[in-house]
This record gives sequence, C-alpha cells and structure tokens, in this order.
Amino acid sequence: MGATRTGRKPPRVGDQPLFRRMLIGIVLVIVALLIVAPLVVIGVEAFSKGWAVYRDTISHPDTLHAIGLTVFAAIVAVPVNTAFGIAAAWSITKFDFWGRRFLLVVIEIPFSVSPIVAGVAYLFVYGLQGVFGPMLDEYGIKILFAIPGIILASMFVTAPFVARELIPLMQAQGRDLEEAATSLGASGWRTFFSVTLPNIKWALLYGVVLCNARVMGEFGAVSVVSGNIRGQTNTLPLHIELLYHDYQAAGAFAAASILALIAVFTIIAKVALERQGAGRVRRPALVASPAEKTQ
Amino acid sequence: MRRNVLPGLRLSLGVTLFYVGLIVVLPLAALVFKAASLGPEDYWRIVSSSRALASYRVTVLSALGATIFNLFFGLALAWVLTRYRFPGWRIVDAMVDLPFALPTAVAGIALTALFTTNGWFGSILADFGIKVAYTPLGIMIAMCFTSLPFIVRTVQPVLEDLDPALEEAAQSLGGSDWEIFRKVILPLLTPALLAGVSLSFARSLGEFGAIIFIAGNQPMSTEITALLVFIRLEEYDYQAAAAIASVLLIAAFVMLALTNWMQSRALRYTVRG
Amino acid sequence: MKIRLENVVKTFETFRAVRDVSLEIESGELVALLGPSGSGKTTILRMVAGLEYADGGHIYFGDQDATDIPVRDRGVGFVFQHYALFPHMTVAENIAFGMKVSKVKREKAAIEARVVELLRLVRLEGLGDRFPAQISGGQRQRVALARALSVDPKVLLLDEPFGALDANVRHDLRRWLREIHRELGITTIFVTHDQEEALDLADRVVILKDGHIVQQGTAEDVCRNPQSAFVMKFLGDANVLAAEVRDGKAYASGAAIDVSGMADGKAELYARPADLDWSAQGPGIPASITRVLDRPDGRRVLATTETGEQLEFDVEPERPVKAGEGGFVTLRRAKVFAL
Repeated sequence: MGATRTGRKPPRVGDQPLFRRMLIGIVLVIVALLIVAPLVVIGVEAFSKGWAVYRDTISHPDTLHAIGLTVFAAIVAVPVNTAFGIAAAWSITKFDFWGRRFLLVVIEIPFSVSPIVAGVAYLFVYGLQGVFGPMLDEYGIKILFAIPGIILASMFVTAPFVARELIPLMQAQGRDLEEAATSLGASGWRTFFSVTLPNIKWALLYGVVLCNARVMGEFGAVSVVSGNIRGQTNTLPLHIELLYHDYQAAGAFAAASILALIAVFTIIAKVALERQGAGRVRRPALVASPAEKTQ
Repeated sequence: MRRNVLPGLRLSLGVTLFYVGLIVVLPLAALVFKAASLGPEDYWRIVSSSRALASYRVTVLSALGATIFNLFFGLALAWVLTRYRFPGWRIVDAMVDLPFALPTAVAGIALTALFTTNGWFGSILADFGIKVAYTPLGIMIAMCFTSLPFIVRTVQPVLEDLDPALEEAAQSLGGSDWEIFRKVILPLLTPALLAGVSLSFARSLGEFGAIIFIAGNQPMSTEITALLVFIRLEEYDYQAAAAIASVLLIAAFVMLALTNWMQSRALRYTVRG
Repeated sequence: MKIRLENVVKTFETFRAVRDVSLEIESGELVALLGPSGSGKTTILRMVAGLEYADGGHIYFGDQDATDIPVRDRGVGFVFQHYALFPHMTVAENIAFGMKVSKVKREKAAIEARVVELLRLVRLEGLGDRFPAQISGGQRQRVALARALSVDPKVLLLDEPFGALDANVRHDLRRWLREIHRELGITTIFVTHDQEEALDLADRVVILKDGHIVQQGTAEDVCRNPQSAFVMKFLGDANVLAAEVRDGKAYASGAAIDVSGMADGKAELYARPADLDWSAQGPGIPASITRVLDRPDGRRVLATTETGEQLEFDVEPERPVKAGEGGFVTLRRAKVFAL
C-alpha cells in the first residue's frame, strides 16, 4: 500500500504502452509530412529570394488589387450567406412544412459538387451561351468574367456553411423559448434578437469564419467565371496561379503566404469558438448511441 | 403535424427558397439543360471519348487510393486524438482542419514544391526511383491532403461519445483488445466511417485547385475530369464542357444517395420495432 | 466464491471516494451496498469487478489476491446501470459474445444451446433476434443479466440494477432476481440508493456514507437497531425532536424515554411516523394538528408542538382527527442519538 498506486487506471482498449507509442508516433509523422510540411514550405519558398522580392510581390499593384478584390468578394458574399443561413435555419427548425427534409438536402448540395462544375453551371446561366446571358448582354450588364460572377460563384460554394452550423443546433434547442417569448407578446424580430440569437451566436460566428475562409480561398469555381484578367478580375488565389505559371515561384509563394496566414488565423478562431461550444452539435444520426439513449 | 405558432415562416422560407433557387438550383438546372440539349448520341460520344474515359479512370482510381489511405489514417488520427493525451495533442487536433482552411491553390503549389524532384520529399523519393509530382501518385497525394479532415471529423465525435460501459462490458466478458475493437468499437464507428469515406471520396472526385499544380495534366494519363471540363471551356467547346461536367454532377448525386442509403443500413439496428 | 476487501482506498483526483473499507462477503451471499450518491458504493463495486484499481488495500477472491487482476481475467459478471448492451448485436448475439471471445473454445452448437438456456432462464424465449432498441427496459435488464451470467462468473455484480425502470417493473424484477439468486447460488453484490430495494432483496445490507461503511447487517438488524442518526434518516421517514439526556432518560418537548447508559448532554430523538400516536389527553407532547392527509391505507397527520417542532405520524383510517384540533402526541418507541 504505497502512494505510488494512486490514480492507477485499468487499461482500456489500445492502452498497451508499446501499441500506444507506436500509433502516436506513426500519426505524428504523417501529420508532420502531410500537414505541417506544406505550411512550412510556403514560408520557406516565399522568402527564398529574399525579403525584397517578398515585399515587392506583396506591394505590387496587381497583388494589391487581387487582395482588394478577394476582400471585397468576402465582404459581399459572407453577409449575404449569413443572412441566408439564418433564414434557412429559422424556417427549417422552427416550422413544419412539406418538403422540409428535401430542402435540407438541396442546401447541402454545394458541398458535394465540384467547384469546376459550379463554375460551368454559372456559365450556362449568365454566359453568352447561357439562359440569361444574351438578355443581360443586350442591357450591357456584365456578370461573367466580372466581379458579380466571382461573388455569385463564391456564394454557391459557401451557401451551406452558416446554415449547417445553425440547423443542428437550433434543432436541438427546440422551439420552447421562442414560443414562450411570442406568447409573452414579443414580436418575431424581438424574439429572434433577444431569445434565439444569444443562444446561437457562437455557432453563427463559427459558420461565418469558415464561410469567410472558403470565400477568400475559392479557386476552381472562381477561375471558371472570372476570366483571369490581371489587375481586374483576379482574386488572390487566381493571382497565385498566374505568378506560378509565370515562373515567379517566389512571388506565388509570397502571395500564398497571405492566404496561409489567413488559414492559420481561421484555425485559431475555430479553436477559440469551439471552446465556447460552437461546432459541437453535429448530425445526431451519425452517433450510434447506446440502446437506452434511442428511446 | 403541429400548428405553427411562431412568426416569420413566410419571410424566412421565402428568403431561403429564393436564395437556394437562384444560387444553387438555377445554375445546376441550367447545366443539366445544356447537357441534355446535346441529344443522347452526341452526349454519349463526348462522355465516352477515350480522353474522357482516361480522365475518369485516373480521377476515380486516385480518389479511391486517397480515400483508402484516409480511411486508415483518419481512423488512427481520430483514435489517437480521442484516446491518448500527449504533449501537443491540442495543436495536432487543430492542425487537422488545415486542409479545410488552406485554399486549394495554396495547398497545390506547396505540395508541388515538396514533391518535385528537387523538393524536400521529392529529392529523397527520387533516390528510390519514385516520382510523385506530375504522376497519378501526385494526384493521390493532393487528394489525400484535401480530404484528410473528413474521416477524422466524422469519426472523432462518435468515438468521444462512445459509452465507456460498452467497452467495460466487453472486457468483463473476457474480450481481448483486438476482439473488442473489431466486434464492438468498429461496428459502432461504421456509420460515421462510411459517412466520412463518402464525403472524402466525393471531395476527391471534384477536387481541382490542389491537383492541377502537381498533376502534370497530360491527357490520357494525369488529366483529371475536372481539368478536362476546364480545358473544354478554354477551347470554347461549351457542349463538351457541359456534358463532362454533368458526369461529375451525376457522380456527386450518386455519392450523396449512396451515403444516405449506406448510413440508414448501417444504423438499422437503432430503429425501434 | 468468498470475497474480502481489506482497507480499500480509492481517490479520484482530489475526491476521496472510498476511505479504508473492509468487508467480507460469504460465498453465495446476496449483499446490497446502500448509500446516497457520492457515498462510494459504485466505486467499491467497480473495484471488486476490476473496472477500477484500488489505490490502497487488497481485494481477495477466496484466498487469491485479486487486487491487480484486470477485469477480463477476474471472472465476474457485471450488469451495468444502463445495461451497456451492444446496440448493433441482437439479444442472442449479446448473450453469446462472452462465450465467443472466451479463451475456452466452445462449439458453435454449444454456444447456441447455452444462449437458448439463458434466454429461458431470463424468460425471454423468442426475443433472441431482436435488437436492444426493440425491447423494453425491463427486457434489456434481463438480457444484461443473461449476458453477465453467460461466462459462468464466480461473482455477480449489479450497478443500480433497477434504477432506470418504472416502479411496477422494478417490483417484479426484484422478486425475480431473488429467485434466480436462489436457483444459481452465486455470490452477488448490488449497488442501490433505494433503501426499500436493499431491504427487500439482500441477505445483508451494507450502508455507506462518504466512503465509509457506517453500518451493516440483515434488514432486521439495520431497521431495528440503527447505529446512527444518518442510518435512521436514510432508511426511512423520521421525526426529529431536540432532546436532552439526564440521568439515563431523554427528555424532548415534554416526553421522556429511557436511554439508560447514555451520557448526559444534548441529543436528538428520532421516531418513525408509525412510532407516534395521537390522543386527546396527556401524557405526551402537547401539539395541535395542522393538516390531515388521507391515504388509502391510513391517515397521515401533520402536527406542530408547542415549541414549534413539526411532527408527522399515521393514525388508523377510522380515527376522527381534523386540522385545528389540540391534543397530545405519544411515543411508542424512539431512538436517541447524542449530538
């Protein structure tokens, strides 16, 4: 009977020290090779030609314009998608209507569709060969190969981001609070802002952060609809490709380092928001719960 | 069905339907319409051309390889992150999301830099006669990277919520670690694994940005389907682009349906009879 | 199998769950570990099972020191509080699991025959093909028991076996468990916070508080001779009156009872509702009735003494008492514990 025995636990499955150490070792090596190394190589390559080349690339008018366009696309697409996400979550979780499950599936579609397919699809709506293209052309409205096209394509690929964070959470929270608030005479907006929003704010922010990261980084869909016009319709990811194919590797990596930095901040924000409980309510159907929980 | 007592159905549903209609349904319908306007013979000729077939082959095989890798690695990573505590596990847990957060084009050039013959990994592999960049292996690695978080993130919460009593019960009945893993834990993870696998596979089929830099993009060998669509567009062959894009779209829908079906099958024991 | 715990200690982080517990359980005995939540009862059960390791002390199975034997080699059958049935296996597969993974290889036919036998024992013939989600709570409980028995355990351990069930199902299962125990004669320990369950079912009741055993004995022992105010209160409703012990007698609100041998000083007097009675004349504790609650088997009277203490007691259904009435509460019997 000694102090050394305190806190001993019977081994769980997979707790043998040798197995445990080996598995941790293998996983860490692969994480280092597959995830950490790409991040590190961006930094190394960006400064491979020295600080001056880095500074010149970043401060080049084309790069600055690309940054500006990327930020602008995010400023428009993210709030619109947020509003949509809230509306979709409110209608799907607070009401019963015919086709509710189908609507849920449709909202998730952009997740499974290739960004290239999304870009091509927009071509056939707003392009000259498309449904509205000739009509728009007549009025001199340019959507494709212009900024509106970039924003629309970004909206498509990120449409589900906010909604899918809010829907499972609001589903789990039920309708009691809102029903209580309206029964006390609160208006719909008042109910939303003072009862619903405080309960979903972290999940909402979580969705916004992820949505923003994707908008700023979208490549495939945007490259189809943008027309890649340097200094005009070039977003930052497209600008990276341009520099890369111009054999300005250091420049491409310099531009990429900005996006990599945004990615790192996104992850930090994500972790911080997860500490607040965001991102935890996930599709409950996936959890094979013990029998007594299925009652 | 219960009565709707809360306000805002018309506004919120109106906004939702309008947005989904304009942003999601309309473009996809336009694409389908365009592809359908080809007529069955032309359509079939385009989607079954030898170059298209070769692109399906390399895309599907690479996606399959990447998904199988991620199935094992994702499960191992999820296991390590939920079961073991070691210095820095929180950082590793956060890093798992990097492939989602990092723009695909950035990932593409970074992986290419690592795996070209004079890159950090490529030069070592070249000594063993293994070429990664500009080969199907490179495509697979890019797919591994971009779809890595799916399986981890679907399995992890299920593993966390797994009732420890189930494991204890199996132990008290005399099961060895391997038997408990195979007969109790793995079957309970299966629905989540299937979901992760199909998400991962679907993502790999459609991936573009991360791949085109590392792929080499040679027709018939390292040209993925998404790139072929892009090339047809640049050649102003819109009909062919629409047709091949529709193949990718159909593949995405099939994957979606397959996912739902597999999940409901794998979870059928939870249905009360 | 005889089980012996010797000075067992268990601490979680800083919480001392079990403090120096020694206990002997005879072969074939049915013992209840009874206590409020946090009393350490479940931790003791899990240490006997090998699901937790003791920080100090020893646990013997017969003459063998089992303290460090892992659960899979300990040969215990454990029924979990929420049953922990494998949700993806049918009832029959759940029961067969232990036999399939056993180091003792069995013929497939032998396993099947044993499953049928166990299903009959727990009266679930014909439900072998159902999944746990498809049967009732009481049925799951019985499947869990059959599964635990399938490996021919030396000891059967049950954690709050009836905790998750409806009152009437609970009653039936309790009697049924008693029968199974008599039939198999296996050493059994179960944990409960329900005193009625412990008293009805167990050969011996071990009452725990804050990681200590405070009293143990047969149901009769602990009911008739509670050794502390805690046991008195925990086993059932009790009236409490402030009392003073002087010269071998305890005085409380005008009543006096014999407590020869107790030291003088402040004390508390405990009496069950059935230990009190009501009469219009003294002697007794002067009180007035504040409410009468009518119940199928009698009348519960709520009264306030002159000193402001609240009392509850039962009178026969025919007794004409009503609120506002004054009179005297008489003591049939009571326990006095020094403060």
